[in-house]
Amino acid sequence: MLRLDGVRARQGAFTLTAEIEIAAATTAVMGPSGGGKSTLLAVVAGFVDATAGRISWDGRDITAAPPGDRPVAILFQEGNLFPHLTVAQNVGLGLHPSLRLREGQVRAVAAALAQVGLGGMGARRPAALSGGQQSRAALARVLLMDRPLVLLDEPFAALGPGLRAEMLDLAAGTLRAAGRTLMIVTHDPDDAERIADEIVVVDGGRAQPPVPTKDLLSDPPQSLRDYLGR
Amino acid sequence: MARRAVALGLPRLPGLLAGGVVLALTLGTLAAVAWRADGGGLDAADRAAIRFTLVQAALSAVLSVALAIPVARALARRRFAGRGVLVTLLGAPFILPVIVAVLGLLATFGRGGIVNAGLAWLGLPPVSIYGLHGVVLAHVFFNLPLAVRLILQGWLAIPAERFRVAASLNGSVFRLLEWPMLRAVVPGILAVIFLVCLTSFAVALTLGGGPRATTVELAIYQALRFDFDLGRAAWLAGVQFALCAAAAFVAWSVAVPAGFGAGLDRAVRRWDGGRGALILDIIVVALAATFLLVPLGMIVARGAGGLTGMPASIWAAAGRSVAVALGSAALTIALTLAVVLRGGIVAGLSAALPLAASSLVMGTGLFILVFPFVDPATLALPVTALVNAAMALPFALRAVAPAMATARADYGRLAASLGLRGWAALRIALLPRLRRPLGFATGLAAALSMGDLGVVALFADSGSETLPLAMYRLMGAYRMDAAAGAALLLLALSLGLFWIFDRGGRTDAAT
Repeated sequence: MLRLDGVRARQGAFTLTAEIEIAAATTAVMGPSGGGKSTLLAVVAGFVDATAGRISWDGRDITAAPPGDRPVAILFQEGNLFPHLTVAQNVGLGLHPSLRLREGQVRAVAAALAQVGLGGMGARRPAALSGGQQSRAALARVLLMDRPLVLLDEPFAALGPGLRAEMLDLAAGTLRAAGRTLMIVTHDPDDAERIADEIVVVDGGRAQPPVPTKDLLSDPPQSLRDYLGR
Repeated sequence: MARRAVALGLPRLPGLLAGGVVLALTLGTLAAVAWRADGGGLDAADRAAIRFTLVQAALSAVLSVALAIPVARALARRRFAGRGVLVTLLGAPFILPVIVAVLGLLATFGRGGIVNAGLAWLGLPPVSIYGLHGVVLAHVFFNLPLAVRLILQGWLAIPAERFRVAASLNGSVFRLLEWPMLRAVVPGILAVIFLVCLTSFAVALTLGGGPRATTVELAIYQALRFDFDLGRAAWLAGVQFALCAAAAFVAWSVAVPAGFGAGLDRAVRRWDGGRGALILDIIVVALAATFLLVPLGMIVARGAGGLTGMPASIWAAAGRSVAVALGSAALTIALTLAVVLRGGIVAGLSAALPLAASSLVMGTGLFILVFPFVDPATLALPVTALVNAAMALPFALRAVAPAMATARADYGRLAASLGLRGWAALRIALLPRLRRPLGFATGLAAALSMGDLGVVALFADSGSETLPLAMYRLMGAYRMDAAAGAALLLLALSLGLFWIFDRGGRTDAAT
């Protein structure tokens, strides 16, 4: 369970406040652009320091931990793969932060690639893959990483609707089956409805406590109504 | 979301050490110089050396820029076959060993050169290349191409739409667009060339000399090598440092344009000028190309014949030079990476101080420091590699630092999220992104060191001479055929080292 107690964080002139508890398997993060969605994820991942408050995972304080030491795996909107490494090396970094893997780890990488439909493509460089294949390779790494909390910052935004739905199902289903927690930023209420148990609305620099997806989407508050155009 | 640099636990201590090395080599050697300096006041010879140094540097800067403006304008507004090759060749003098170019200029303008042969055929008296005009000629040969490239960048930075606006208004392109651009870029270029000519030693050594054409650096060399007057050499080194520091301060305050710009390969469509301008451009480009290519051609033509007549000691000197160049390049890259990882004031000082220092001042300081303990000749090669590395550092930093900033901005978060820290982050995430600039910087450092004739002349005896020094001594002994062969060998080695490393950085570099 992720808890943010009285967290405040500043990024330039923008300030985010958060008082939330994430317990559901899959939580969608929604809200208007510039409202603070990406900042919320960056605070949880450790890229933006909290200036006040406490962040904890299952009771363990991680407020001051560096990004690599948090129980967090994250995918950004872009730049999730090192272009100079092969796909297998990129995925393998999720198991060990060096390029030397043991026999079993090499097999695990191959299996993760097969799981996302990239079997046999491990030796290629990212530039030799399509945009959708690159997203899948990055997802394979997240699935493989031994981190209980997964943050996805619109990583599939560049994909077409069909492929995006397929990726969302794969990510949410696999992580749920493994007992891991997923927080995903999305602009699309259909995406949220498809996979999320709960929704956190972030608007005007404030992260609001999660609300069950059905309740929120059947009776959205005014700010979300304006944003969704309904 | 605005991206900021993510802490990756990168090593910072080496940067502090590297900064200490740079500080010791620049300001530390200056302190040694100040400690040993005696002299008290400038005698007539000192004043003459200072005057000559300033006059030749000013003349070289003004002539280089004045001649470069029409060439840059012609290259900016014309397209012709060979234009790309010519623009690339304009970058070559930067890594061309000075002593090699001097030999080419001697073969062209010297006593037995083709110009004097032509004059004799016409029944005219010969011209001499030695003295002020020879020094200025050599400096223009080196700096005209640099000035052309920098001014061409200014020209191509004027947006194409502006030329359309000027044409539609029927206004003067020169007054509306070109004059403001020149006013912005020329002062910085003048200052840089002035600074370069202030510290140029090999040209004055070969083409200057005598009471009327001695620079301060040449006077330092003579005081140390011929008179063995450490106090006087130190005093002159202090004078030289003051001159350089003042010029560097001026150059720094008039905003120098960046050196190696890409994208010089387009010509802008314009609507002014007619047949007269076209003829002028053709003449200007032809003259500039001739001025640059004939001396280079003479090196190849004379050198090919001299290769077989070289003494065996040349090959030993070439081996020493390659070793020095490789050592200096490795040192440059180590310093560059250490400084780049630390950043901040260490990076700022490391990029600026060596530009104000001169290798002869560093050499004098090091000579004073080591002389009481060991024979300087035994340290000639390591000292040369070290000083060359310090002198190459600003250029290496200019190539590598922006690439490192980009790599950290693009992949720093990803590396941090995967737990890559310290050496692992450097090895896996960052260094592979720097292959091209690192290859370029290594090649540059190796070529600059390969061709350097400066500090080694202070330290070396015949058992530790490098190829440029051996070549200079052949010229001094009037063995011009053997010297020409050595020049061709030196040219091939310098360009070859640059090519190998620069190429190595490009091959298989995934983007």
